Amino acid sequence: MRQKVFAGVLVLVMCALAVGPAVSQGRSLKVGFVTTLSGGGAALGVDVLDGFQLALRHLGGRLGGLPVEVVTVDDQLNPDVARTAVERLLRRDRVDLLTGIIFSNVLLAVGDLIFSHGTFYISPNAGPSEYAGEQCNLHFLNVAWQNDNLHEAMGHYAQLKGYETAFILAPNYPAGRDALNGFKRFYKGRVVAEVYTRLGQLDYSAEIAQIRAARPRAVYAFYPGAMGVNFIKQYAEAGLMQQVQLLVPGFSADQDVIRAVGKPMVGVYNSSHWALELFNPINRRFVEDFRRTYGRIPTLYAAQGYDAALAMDHGLRAVGQDLSRKADFRKAILSGFDSTRGRVRFSKNGYPIQDYYLRQVVETPQGEIINRLRGVIFRAHKDAYVSRCNLP
Amino acid sequence: MALVIEQLLNGVQLGLTLFLLSSGLTLVLGMMDTINLAQGSLYMLGAYFAATASASTGSFWVGVGGAVAATALVGLLLEVSLLRRLYATDHLTQVLATFALILVFNELVRMVWGPQALLVSVPPELARPVQILPGLAYSAYRLTIIAVAGLLAAGMFLFVHRTRLGMWVRAGASNRPMARAMGVPIQRVFTGVFVVSAALSAVAGALLGPIFAVQVGMGEEVLILAFVAIVIGGIGSVKGSLAGSLLVGIVDTAGRAFLPLLFGALFPPEVASNLGPTVASVLIYLLMAVVLFVRPQGLFPVHG
Repeated sequence: MRQKVFAGVLVLVMCALAVGPAVSQGRSLKVGFVTTLSGGGAALGVDVLDGFQLALRHLGGRLGGLPVEVVTVDDQLNPDVARTAVERLLRRDRVDLLTGIIFSNVLLAVGDLIFSHGTFYISPNAGPSEYAGEQCNLHFLNVAWQNDNLHEAMGHYAQLKGYETAFILAPNYPAGRDALNGFKRFYKGRVVAEVYTRLGQLDYSAEIAQIRAARPRAVYAFYPGAMGVNFIKQYAEAGLMQQVQLLVPGFSADQDVIRAVGKPMVGVYNSSHWALELFNPINRRFVEDFRRTYGRIPTLYAAQGYDAALAMDHGLRAVGQDLSRKADFRKAILSGFDSTRGRVRFSKNGYPIQDYYLRQVVETPQGEIINRLRGVIFRAHKDAYVSRCNLP
Repeated sequence: MALVIEQLLNGVQLGLTLFLLSSGLTLVLGMMDTINLAQGSLYMLGAYFAATASASTGSFWVGVGGAVAATALVGLLLEVSLLRRLYATDHLTQVLATFALILVFNELVRMVWGPQALLVSVPPELARPVQILPGLAYSAYRLTIIAVAGLLAAGMFLFVHRTRLGMWVRAGASNRPMARAMGVPIQRVFTGVFVVSAALSAVAGALLGPIFAVQVGMGEEVLILAFVAIVIGGIGSVKGSLAGSLLVGIVDTAGRAFLPLLFGALFPPEVASNLGPTVASVLIYLLMAVVLFVRPQGLFPVHG
């Protein structure tokens, strides 16, 4: 960490020396990065942060032409810790922009604080339905998805495949409820059980026994991070992989989970708004440089972190580095910017209108286990809450 | 029926591993009147030692053995250097001191192993289901846990109730001044008990590592359950902590498994999906409240 900060300072110093007086006038941009860096959700926070840092490097350490300082805080997946951290970032560090939060319960605990302070929050992950409908806010933008979206895609896929019955599970927190609502919005078969487990639960023996007894045609499970790793490992150890079709969103089948679970993941279908092989120059550069820089294959979270930086850069350019032109900053991003998914546009509530893909986990001839693009589930899909948002 | 048996096995597995923790906790509390919150940290250390040792040797069971030895050593150092000075102090001092130990151990682990969770795999030969009854396959690894923890629990039980040393331990737990007056070397017996309890915590941590994730703070969660178990069972009683642990394990598992079904039948789905997980998560505390109401000393009180 200290090395990274040191490297960052070094870059700033070199920039200052190279450009001379123009920058030494002191104009710079402070970004508050609140994310989960410890415990079972840490892999997600690390990926978003690494993606964000890679984008900064590609942009020459600048956003919209301004040198950037990133202040990173670990929220420990704890809303109270996050509230204290955000208050400090806003009042003491006086950050210009905020981003980074992974979990919706954490975001919902600090949203009011950020918005009432008049600071923009550019979400690289958490996309609660609350901020998509009545509570949509001028200061909130999400570059990734609305919480329901990936689950809607998987619900649609389950419907197309004609599974008559489904057993669905998620953690008991806002995004878990959004997830299963999203799945049910498009899946019209019979839901034999809808189970909510404690957020952070790691032993799923009781739930797996229930699945075995219920004998559904398909299981849909939304478990991000270590929860997903444990659920899928235990599902496989219980011998259910061959008996009941397991369907998951991209969150439970990306590299962070694959790294830990290994071979049992091969064959699993999942939904995503992003894929390794999406064909555009930004994505190719992102994937290649991410692998080179960090020595691992990027996840959708890393792509989201990368895109958050690109969105900030795009917005700041449009307003000539003047963040007080809030409406213009927002409009510039909403009307679309070039991301790892190509050009992405947004609804008025600040959530993307984009394609959702079907991916499958495969083992390559080189022995790598990765996701392969298998098709498109939705084209130009919007979230379900936008009509309730009163923003212009 | 298969569902009930499977959930029962899940409950017993949780209960027996809980016993590995709560037996030490209850003896320390009963014998030396000392609240040791750092028991959870020993469990965490056991899990981390096991993860590291099995990663470097390639054998899960060598990892477990290494973790037990290393954690027992930590327990010994802890008892000799710090805990010994706490016996004479009041409970508040003990809670403060051992809570400080939790923070110290958490921070040490964060410094050594980093903040991210370690993911440990079940040994490959056990990562498959076993057919135990027609129509009922159960994870081989969980069966192994039940066997290992069951053997240790039986051994502990025989030791405490059938040997001379065990008699001293029980004597110390039920009346310390009298036992000392009768010539029981309380201090040495206690050091031994503490080291054994550290070793058992390490076994629990090492075995549960692959089921949970090995992470900072994992000890606190399980520590709360262990405290509930010993309060239900009666403080100081090994028999009580076994009964309490099994009860907590089974009630917790059954609550998660069957309460949502029950509420689903009684209430509309929106209410049931909110109520089920909420009530299931407080069920063991309800159980504790009821037990304490009916039998304030717990199920198997030791103090006359």
